[in-house]
Amino acid sequence: MLETLDLACLRGDRRLFRDLNLRLEPGWLLRVEGANGSGKTSLLRLLAGLGLPAAGEVRWQGQPIRRQREAYAQALHYLGHLGGLKDELTPAENLRIEAALAGTPAVDEAAIAGALAHWGIARQAPLPLRVLSAGQKRRAALARLTLSPAPLWILDEPFNALDVDAAAQLGRLIESHVAGGGLAVVTSHMPLPVSPARLQTVRLG
Amino acid sequence: MSGTAATPSLRRALWATLQRDLLVTARHRADAVTGLVFFVVVASLFPLGVGSETRLLREIGPGVVWVAALLASLLSLPRLFVADHADGTLEQLLLRPQPLALLALAKVAGHWLTTGLPLVLVSPLLGLQYGLPAEAIGVLALSLLVGTPVLSLLGAVAAALALGLRGAGVLTALIVLPLNAPLLIFGSGVVQAQMAGLPVAGLFSVLGALLAIGLVTVPFALAQAMRIACE
Repeated sequence: MLETLDLACLRGDRRLFRDLNLRLEPGWLLRVEGANGSGKTSLLRLLAGLGLPAAGEVRWQGQPIRRQREAYAQALHYLGHLGGLKDELTPAENLRIEAALAGTPAVDEAAIAGALAHWGIARQAPLPLRVLSAGQKRRAALARLTLSPAPLWILDEPFNALDVDAAAQLGRLIESHVAGGGLAVVTSHMPLPVSPARLQTVRLG
Repeated sequence: MSGTAATPSLRRALWATLQRDLLVTARHRADAVTGLVFFVVVASLFPLGVGSETRLLREIGPGVVWVAALLASLLSLPRLFVADHADGTLEQLLLRPQPLALLALAKVAGHWLTTGLPLVLVSPLLGLQYGLPAEAIGVLALSLLVGTPVLSLLGAVAAALALGLRGAGVLTALIVLPLNAPLLIFGSGVVQAQMAGLPVAGLFSVLGALLAIGLVTVPFALAQAMRIACE
């Protein structure tokens, strides 16, 4: 269970939000809405533990995330605006290193090839990420998400740069993740191509 | 997770971090070679500037090689974190279950292997250029072997602190150069002592102590600097 208690965020002198109380149970999708600059990304970074809130705290399974960095890191998969993959390496090399860093022993070559094929970039597997299109890079980052065993997904504008098919596929992936008891927090400035049974929405700004 | 179960996963993660940096450098060979060429060129220009008097060259040789190594390491520092910051791998590193200080240390190890170690390996050639005796050349290479990891360690903290700022390169140099003064003094001092027939063990102990202190303290400072850079 992910909770925020009276969370507040400052950006320079401007207060983006305050007294934000959220509660996300397993099996739920939290959609974060808001105009550009309303603090969606800032909220997600606070939830991931990448920044310190101006006030309040974020809790995971009832404990502040600051006090359980290791356990929270194992439970979390964060996908930001930046893909977190190296341009010089091929998608397969990137995923292999990610699997080693995440400590997921179940991810072998077959799983990596499968994830790349699932996202339609099997043919690009031997090419450095640098020569791939923006959408294909995003697909590589999503292939990483497919391989992640983390129960909590925090995805910042994951539908950006994706074509209609890939967006629908990501929608299905998120739906099956929450249907299987996972939690997901997703921002989007457009209508989500997702309609899970249990959807919560928070509007910023 | 229990301590015994975490160990192999930590080792695997450290190796993956190092391997990624080595792979990226291998795909950008020109970058790695630049520092080395700079080192050789700077050290080779001095004899042209000060003349070819053997005694003078022998006297300034160790100091010049050490200063050139310091500057060459400075040249490569911006590369250490800027790309990681821009492509999001740095923020992903902060979200790992493994201790950030150790992951940061793996990155520093990668930096040293690709920028520091090559300098150590070519330094005997530069020693020859300055007409240093064979034993002094050995001491010079050894002093660099112990000293260049310290350059990478201190440089990494400065690079992480300056991350995202304008004029980061200059700022990094301003932070790093004074901090490296002791290293420079003892590093070139040990070679000069050897040539003067003085014992060198004590000076080597000081260099070793600098490295040991750096290895123990720097990773934590580095981890904090990386967190600040990503906030």
